[in-house]
Amino acid sequence: MSDCSYSSRAVSDFLAFFVPWEFSWLVQISIWGALLLYFNGLRRMSAGEMPGYGPIIGFVLGVLLMYLVTQTRFDYWSQYMFFIHRGQHLVLHHLAPFLIALAMPAPVLARGIPDPVRAWFARQGWLRAIWVPVYRWLQQPMIACILFVGLIAFWLTPEIHFDAMLNLTLYWVMNWSMALDGLLFWWLMFDRGRGGITPRLGYGTRVLLLFAVMVPQIIIGASITFADANWFEVYAVCGRAWPLDPMTDQHIGGLITWIPAAMMSVVGALVILRFWIYDDAAQYAARTAPARA
Amino acid sequence: MNPRRIALIAALLLGLTACGDESWHGKSIEGLMPELEFELTAESGETVTESVFAGRPVALYFGFTHCPDICPTTLARLVAAARRLPEPLREELQLAFVSVDPQRDGPRQLSDYTDAFSDRMVGLTGSQRQLKAFTRRYRTTYGYEEERSDGSYNVSHSSAIFVFDASGEPRLMLLDSLGVAEIAADLERLLSREARNADNA
Repeated sequence: MSDCSYSSRAVSDFLAFFVPWEFSWLVQISIWGALLLYFNGLRRMSAGEMPGYGPIIGFVLGVLLMYLVTQTRFDYWSQYMFFIHRGQHLVLHHLAPFLIALAMPAPVLARGIPDPVRAWFARQGWLRAIWVPVYRWLQQPMIACILFVGLIAFWLTPEIHFDAMLNLTLYWVMNWSMALDGLLFWWLMFDRGRGGITPRLGYGTRVLLLFAVMVPQIIIGASITFADANWFEVYAVCGRAWPLDPMTDQHIGGLITWIPAAMMSVVGALVILRFWIYDDAAQYAARTAPARA
Repeated sequence: MNPRRIALIAALLLGLTACGDESWHGKSIEGLMPELEFELTAESGETVTESVFAGRPVALYFGFTHCPDICPTTLARLVAAARRLPEPLREELQLAFVSVDPQRDGPRQLSDYTDAFSDRMVGLTGSQRQLKAFTRRYRTTYGYEEERSDGSYNVSHSSAIFVFDASGEPRLMLLDSLGVAEIAADLERLLSREARNADNA
């Protein structure tokens, strides 16, 4: 009897986890829309054009991670515990966009758009005329770096963080800005398609940029970890999800801002080095092939 | 959403008020949060709504009566600050304590607790559903620690005092870093402004 009620409680707790704390139509439409477009694109591709299993799994995982941290119980914990909030931003700004950009989903997503819609967009020259320069301006190496680190610093400014946690509209602006900037940055890092509008940076430049954003993140993360004052009073003001010492919460939050975030730069650099070696080998093969013939 | 609130949020988004209203010791929450509304249980055991405050300004605090440190010290500071207010304003201000630990804080327990602080303080609590709805409305939360062997457990809760004006609009958040003099100064400024507005109306 007690076993039965225990397991039914576990099931209802498990299901309760998937009830969004702050339901958002915009997030729901974006997430399920992206997955729908992607699978429709895959369906319409020939066997030769299809990406491998790796990119498909990476893309789906990245998109689902974004859903998980914004439209489940996880979002509640993020609002009422600083270190979980840092975990949420680690996913939104680093991990999920990293996986999505690495999967290079653009050709698949483009193929997934129904033909009439694509034809309509193709006719809207003005849209492209606005979007392309704005996008290319945002994707300049300096701007991309400043945005990437600047947004972390901006939302972690204690006064701004306070208001963002108190006002739901600002909270959504914060999370969207992190997710979109994460996509921009990692897209720039991992772009290797042909004929896109993303500026093609040299591999050396990319590795350099990854280290350029790593250093300030270490400084921000370490400052929070070693701070001896409680900088983020809003979590005390609003109450924590469960009783936890405020300084412990802040220390763990600082460590999450510091170590896994910096590690993502290292992992990103390793991925880019792999592209580099692969491309060099391909170029070498191309150069030597005619000579041998 | 009323136009004033939209304008305030827009101003916030532009970062114009990102540093808050510097002239208060506490934090202005005007326009950031919705007006006072709840359904809770009073010390008498009856179900009450925000109308129990009868259109008076309220300073409200979330806590639990077994709270070892933060609740008693914060409530003591609030009561001391309220005593410093000039006579007519002191009579105006209503103090409220909302327990987020209904399992241990029945009507009797609440009444004993609030009476020890001030006869102007009312104790409120409610079912988990009612308390969740009320705390969520003000973007706060609470949670319980695992019960220890002696049956005691700690509860996390908001550390700020929320001040609502006579019409139930949220006005100020008094953080627990404020001293008695600062709380008194903020309350006096807010209440005397209210009184002037009432005279003009």
